[in-house]
Amino acid sequence: MRIPCPHCGLRGHEEFAYLGDATLRRPDPAAPDAERAFAEYAYRRDNPAGRHRELWYHAQGCGTWLVVERDTLTHEIGRVTEAREQGGS
Amino acid sequence: MSGGASTQPRRLASGGAIDRSQPLEFRFDGRTYTGYAGDTLASALVANGVRLLGRSFKYHRPRGLLCAGPEEPNALVELRDGARREPNTRATVVELFGGLEAASQNRWPSLAFDVLAVNRWLGPVFAAGFYYKTFMWPAAFWERLYEPLIRRAAGLGRIATGPDPDGYEKSYAFCDLLVIGAGPAGLAAALTAGRAGLRVLLIDEDFLPGGRLNAERQLLDGRPAREWAAAAVAELGSLPSVRLMRRTTVVGCYDHGVYGALERVHDHRPAPPPFEPRQRLWRIACRHCVLASGAYERPLLFGDNDLPGVMLAGAVRTYANRFAALAGRRAVVFADNDEGAVTAADLVAAGADVVALVDPRTAPGATGVERIAGVVRRAIGGQGLRGVEILAADGSVRRIACDLLAMSGGWSPALQLTAHHGGRPRWDDRLGTFLPGTLPAGMMVAGAANGDFTTEAALAAGVRAALAAAAALGHAAAPVALPSVSPESVGHRPLWEVAGTRGKCFVDFQHDVAVTDIELAEREGYRAAEHMKRYTTLGMATDQGKTASLNGLAVLAARTGRSIAATGTTTFRPPVVPVAIGALAGTHRGRDFRPLRLTAAHAWAVEQGAIFMETGPWLRAQYFPRPGEPTWLESVTREVNATRQAVGVCDVSTLGKIDLQGPDACEFLERLYVNGWRTLAVGRARYGLMLREDGMVMDDGTVSRLGEHRYLITTTTANAVAVFQHMQWCHQVLWPGLDVQFVSVSDQWAQYSVAGPRARELLRAVVAAEHDLSNEAFPYMAAGTLRLRDDTVARLFRISFSGEHAYEIAVPARAGERVVRMLMAAGAPLGVTPYGLEALGAMRIEKGHVAGNELSGQTTAHDLGFGKMLSTKKDYIGAVLARRAALTDPDRPRLVGLAPVGRGDRFGAGAHLVRRGVEPVAAADEGYVTSAAFSPTLGHWIGLGLLRRGPERHGERVVAFDPLRGRRTELEVRDPVFVDPAGERLRV
Repeated sequence: MRIPCPHCGLRGHEEFAYLGDATLRRPDPAAPDAERAFAEYAYRRDNPAGRHRELWYHAQGCGTWLVVERDTLTHEIGRVTEAREQGGS
Repeated sequence: MSGGASTQPRRLASGGAIDRSQPLEFRFDGRTYTGYAGDTLASALVANGVRLLGRSFKYHRPRGLLCAGPEEPNALVELRDGARREPNTRATVVELFGGLEAASQNRWPSLAFDVLAVNRWLGPVFAAGFYYKTFMWPAAFWERLYEPLIRRAAGLGRIATGPDPDGYEKSYAFCDLLVIGAGPAGLAAALTAGRAGLRVLLIDEDFLPGGRLNAERQLLDGRPAREWAAAAVAELGSLPSVRLMRRTTVVGCYDHGVYGALERVHDHRPAPPPFEPRQRLWRIACRHCVLASGAYERPLLFGDNDLPGVMLAGAVRTYANRFAALAGRRAVVFADNDEGAVTAADLVAAGADVVALVDPRTAPGATGVERIAGVVRRAIGGQGLRGVEILAADGSVRRIACDLLAMSGGWSPALQLTAHHGGRPRWDDRLGTFLPGTLPAGMMVAGAANGDFTTEAALAAGVRAALAAAAALGHAAAPVALPSVSPESVGHRPLWEVAGTRGKCFVDFQHDVAVTDIELAEREGYRAAEHMKRYTTLGMATDQGKTASLNGLAVLAARTGRSIAATGTTTFRPPVVPVAIGALAGTHRGRDFRPLRLTAAHAWAVEQGAIFMETGPWLRAQYFPRPGEPTWLESVTREVNATRQAVGVCDVSTLGKIDLQGPDACEFLERLYVNGWRTLAVGRARYGLMLREDGMVMDDGTVSRLGEHRYLITTTTANAVAVFQHMQWCHQVLWPGLDVQFVSVSDQWAQYSVAGPRARELLRAVVAAEHDLSNEAFPYMAAGTLRLRDDTVARLFRISFSGEHAYEIAVPARAGERVVRMLMAAGAPLGVTPYGLEALGAMRIEKGHVAGNELSGQTTAHDLGFGKMLSTKKDYIGAVLARRAALTDPDRPRLVGLAPVGRGDRFGAGAHLVRRGVEPVAAADEGYVTSAAFSPTLGHWIGLGLLRRGPERHGERVVAFDPLRGRRTELEVRDPVFVDPAGERLRV
């Protein structure tokens, strides 16, 4: 795969580290059901077939965490943005 | 023909793309022959009249050449000798060189007389599914008897057992347009794109580009096709944006225009020149690709169609036209298509006697050769073809003597690369073959690979594909003026199978799969293409069924009453041709398996006689043996004692170091670590513990506050990269609003531990006089920047891993070696001793400090005795889940110290802990020893371990059970801190 890094251009996937679902948000630790919410956050993952938003880290490049829109069936890559643009947890 | 080389009896006097001025001697099965530059091993053997090249896989039937190209199933030979011996090499792609040594495979004692040919009469034993049926009982016989027997009987050559003496490498290429195959379509595409200025990479498997233009007697613009190809190659060579790679096979199609290719850089020489690789694996990234990989000709299915002397018609033409080598003197041609007539004409032109052209189609030809409407139903011969039995359309049977049968069942596109992304080939009824289906993004297919079986159509398709690629890339491109092509005729009505055959009728020649095997598979219920493939092993040999798979599908379709289209193809997976493991490994072998990192003071450690060990990518000093120390234990004991009694120096440069700055730096640390940082003053250091979000311990280290908004973080050596990445994630993904910046400075600073009661005296001698190192001015856990006496800028941290009065001094990496020498020189009067990782480990175990063995990713802060560090006043990574009942359960295995009851006893890490008097079985397991060392300070072995309810069990005796080392040691459970539990030495 080749991933278009907003800073470094189109680069081979071997330069990147994969983390997974970029749609997860770190739960509120003060909420009454925090333990359940954090357990979901830490362990449960959907395994979507199709469009997915994923976190990739340009480890051998600029060190930016990216949100990569990728089709898990075709590996087609859509929008790539910096994770920091999501505004955090 | 003893002594001296043979005279190439089947070589034509003229013609061909060989250089008769360059004769090359080579050996096959110990006999010397001569060929010419431009030959393959196969063509040279044809020229020398050698027909028998190997024995088949299961039945040990005699086999000769079937093809002239990479799809060859039969002519597998061993090349070279000794450590360079390579089995299963296709003679058809081996470029001849002087001194080549080749040997046939799969025969004993000799090719002509092969004892195991009796397998032929055991045919039923080896029928489809024989692996699953015949050798199943009794089970114990499999390993001892059946498997060795089968391997001996049904082998595919012998591998070399010595280390490969040759080098391999990997390389990367980028282009606008990748053209795969330099036949008519590929050359036309490359010319069109190259003239338009596109960056073109044209890749061809052969050493002579041109594809079938080199193999046919066609005329292009009235000149031999080969001349047009040569002119095209010459022009491509003059175009600055075009690169032609010969001897290179594209083996896989990956995502986003990435292709893998294998370049046989020096396979055509006896050995690679010094410092050059034998093969090179390419990763090619292209924006568009034109696949012009051509097609494979199909054999016809009739009795004993595997006899040496039965050859594909296209291969017969290749040997005659390109290599000027005649595959037989008296030939019969058997084809279900118009190329039968072409073949007959080429053979006549080459001087062969063509005695019959057999074609099941009734339309008569006018080639001057007797034309028989009918089929060959059987080949006749022993070790080679002697004749054929023909069943004419009128029902009459004739036997005709011949030494060559050229057969053709039409062509199948070489479409593997189109299917690597899961695209299914689609059936074309008009052409009677599968064509590429849904293509990978960016790929176009041109020429025979797309069913354009005439040269004229292939040339035009190549131009069209290149124009489309150029347009997509925004380049203006003009079509190349194409040559006029002499008349071509490719009429074809697939025969698929000859009815009423006698003898064995092979479909997959390399795996010895016959029509009867497919019939058996079908009868036993293996009716799906994938099932039939696995049950019969059709298409599963090293040639992956390039000549066999469509014929096999046709037979299966006929037996199941389905169409071929409905039967479908099996899945195509990379690589298209076999790739040596050496090429995949590239330079990553032996010491270069992965990068090796050396610290700044490595040369100094070498001088000191250090024994090194690998820790991650680093090479670190393990211990420093001195004369008279017979084992590592004496050296380590001396190093520990010297450090605890005077002063020792240890290179700790490999620790991860991260410089963190910004107004929110303290807040960032608060969220990263379990403990608090708000009270850490400038000039002070503190131990910190980091969890993962699931509540398990991730890493530990120290954080020193260097300024109001500046901190220096250290990590363990092993987690340096992971912690930095984790921090990047926390900052960028979780808390982008925090105003912090951080950078890894692990490589920028060399760092040395100076430990022992005389550490301050030593530092006093190297630190500039203006700095006060007294206990009051620079107490335990102080951190600061200072100058050394030689003006080197340094950072000093009064931290201790050994439990001694200790410092870590950090200097710019380039000053590292100088500073360590300075420390050693200044410490000489004090008895300074360098110590390595073993002494470091022994001292940290004596002190009860956890390290990598305890930070295993499966331990919690509670397990390691850090429960009290977990702040309850703030949120941090892992805070919520670390509070889960199961993670703070006192019943969990928790950190303890361990000492042998018999003080002379030894025990080791990994031993499991069980109660005394209990059978040491998994159910009785209560934990294990995580670290163990001989303690020079205490004079016996000690250890750390994780023991269920450990902290409540101090004073109890348990058994360390170590079946791996055959030990069972009684241990006393105790506090993990063995030396200076009050920490008095740290603070003097």
